[in-house]
Amino acid sequence: MPKDKFVKILSRVVPIKIENIDTDQIIPARFLKATSKDGFGDNLFRDWRYDNQNNPIAAFPLNDKKYAGSILVAGKNFGCGSSREHAAWAIEDYGFRVVVSSFFADIFKNNAMNNGILPVQISDSFLLEIFNEVEKDVNSEIEVDLENQKITIVKTGKSEGFEINSYKKQCLINGYDDVDYLLSQKEAIGKFEKNRGEIFFYK
Amino acid sequence: MGKTLFDKVWDSHVISQIDGGPSVLYIDRQFIHEVTSPQAFTGLEQRGVSLFRPSQTTATADHNIPTIDQHLPIKEQLSAFQVQKLKENCEKNNITYYGLGHENNGIVHVVGPELGYTLPGMTMVCGDSHTSTHGAFGSVAFGVGTSEIEMVFASQCILQPKPKKMKITVDGKLGKGVTSKDVILYILSKLTASGGTGYFIEYAGSAIEALSMEARMTVCNMSIELGARGGIIAPDETTFNYLKGRKYAPQGDAFTKAVAFWKTLKSDSDAIFDTEFTFNASDIEPMLTFGTNPGMGMKISQSIPTLDTIDSAGKETYSKALEYMGFAPGEKLLGKTMDYIFVGSCTNGRIEDLREVASIVKGRKKADNIYMYIVPGSKLVEKQAIAEGLDKIFEAAGIQFRQPGCSSCLAMNEDKVPKGKYCVSTSNRNFEGRQGPGSRTILVSPLTAAAVAITGKITDPREFL
Repeated sequence: MPKDKFVKILSRVVPIKIENIDTDQIIPARFLKATSKDGFGDNLFRDWRYDNQNNPIAAFPLNDKKYAGSILVAGKNFGCGSSREHAAWAIEDYGFRVVVSSFFADIFKNNAMNNGILPVQISDSFLLEIFNEVEKDVNSEIEVDLENQKITIVKTGKSEGFEINSYKKQCLINGYDDVDYLLSQKEAIGKFEKNRGEIFFYK
Repeated sequence: MGKTLFDKVWDSHVISQIDGGPSVLYIDRQFIHEVTSPQAFTGLEQRGVSLFRPSQTTATADHNIPTIDQHLPIKEQLSAFQVQKLKENCEKNNITYYGLGHENNGIVHVVGPELGYTLPGMTMVCGDSHTSTHGAFGSVAFGVGTSEIEMVFASQCILQPKPKKMKITVDGKLGKGVTSKDVILYILSKLTASGGTGYFIEYAGSAIEALSMEARMTVCNMSIELGARGGIIAPDETTFNYLKGRKYAPQGDAFTKAVAFWKTLKSDSDAIFDTEFTFNASDIEPMLTFGTNPGMGMKISQSIPTLDTIDSAGKETYSKALEYMGFAPGEKLLGKTMDYIFVGSCTNGRIEDLREVASIVKGRKKADNIYMYIVPGSKLVEKQAIAEGLDKIFEAAGIQFRQPGCSSCLAMNEDKVPKGKYCVSTSNRNFEGRQGPGSRTILVSPLTAAAVAITGKITDPREFL
């Protein structure tokens, strides 16, 4: 099923300057009991966002009114731990379209792209530059240009390229979906199964 | 140029390669559970597509179930609904389902191997990051997201970029009281929680070869904590002996034929890895974690690293972790009083783990300050433990012996550790709030957990051996 097409994004950012943010922080396990994909944004970063009386923790960037935008910027090794795609659903449901970090966990990266979220991996030094820029000026905007694989701090004009495999890039730009692609490959899959030879493992 | 074991298994499952993109990878076997599968079933329905190869998927309820009174209906409504949904989805789509109380029920990564579903040379996925466990058999097994489960439902394939290859060699002999859990916690302390990201790891060396299948599973299980897609160990006689006679493994002639093929599954001597590390088994001691990711570990006798040893970008995160744990830089943890002990999970909830705990607690009593429960990894583990009288040993020591499930590893059910309490745990993750909001987790081996049970404090298990 086609997803929303990814266009160039120009936005202010929400910075979370913490490394190794695991998917248990993004969406704690006790909120994984739903059987649909909806509504996870309410519990995004739940235990950093609310205290145990459910009062918002004012200092946390998602509660801090001075930050806004559809770009989340976080410390290195973002999305490590559990494979729960609920983490990507929560980020998407909250309203983010891009996550910027200097390093992403593999499973999260796949999950993000499968939900129309672009993980932008940049150097440690450029990440620090973005954090510093937002600290100086919360209204500073970032432009993420998927077509040209470039991320720019608009005010300073400083930019860096980022990697994405060309297949996934086309999927995001055109809103294509992997299941549709695989369904179109059924004939080749059937042939593969038939030609596998003697070693067949199942009872 | 030779091929690595990982290349051999991966390449033989690639149907095609998308230009500049991922491979179309055929998946031999998929496991599903109640938490990450419902949205994949819904997706399939919305597409109006039927499940392509239902016999190659097996389901078990494990993540979100109680560990007491499993014969009664699940009390918590959302959990009951999620488990019911799995049952209905499996019935509708002709998938074998092992529900609560079924003799084959248990944690997905315990059930797969013990029933002989997990076999060398296979590709396997599950919507759970600890699917890396199955790599202990020489299979390429890794965790996937729900979108990818839907791909497998629809086509028995997923689109996946091929990871790079890492080799970790552990040579020599492990000392007394040093287990495979200590081996992987040691590797984590050296390579960090992101040291394996982008890689598939082959574990090799004499210390790995000497491990039992269950111990190898513990090592492969925590590959994901290094950030790696998975871990793999070349199958050998230990593997074949383990598999022989398992319910869904090949039998008779088919087994003999399979073994001949499985023997070819090893890295060629001239195979090239993208990166390699070598460790010496004699350097490893009983390990524990002190922080909020599994890479923040140390030898049990050591002190927590001081701030000056941490790079500047990481200082803030490091301080935040220690503050959460209530520990100070430079502090020693030996002798520190603990509150909870959890023995179980897909990392250390198998029969050998339970036997290790029993070997220390037998004839002793747990300390008064400790609340402790043991959760077997599956119904079969539970049954075996009872047959060996381990349940009686635990009860006599004042330790609860529960029913199978993931339990306090991720605390989706009621098995939560209260805010601020320390839990010594044989599971795999010490993230903030992992075992309940505000809980503080210290990861250890089953032997160390047992030693802490008796003294009530962080204790070197070798004192009891």
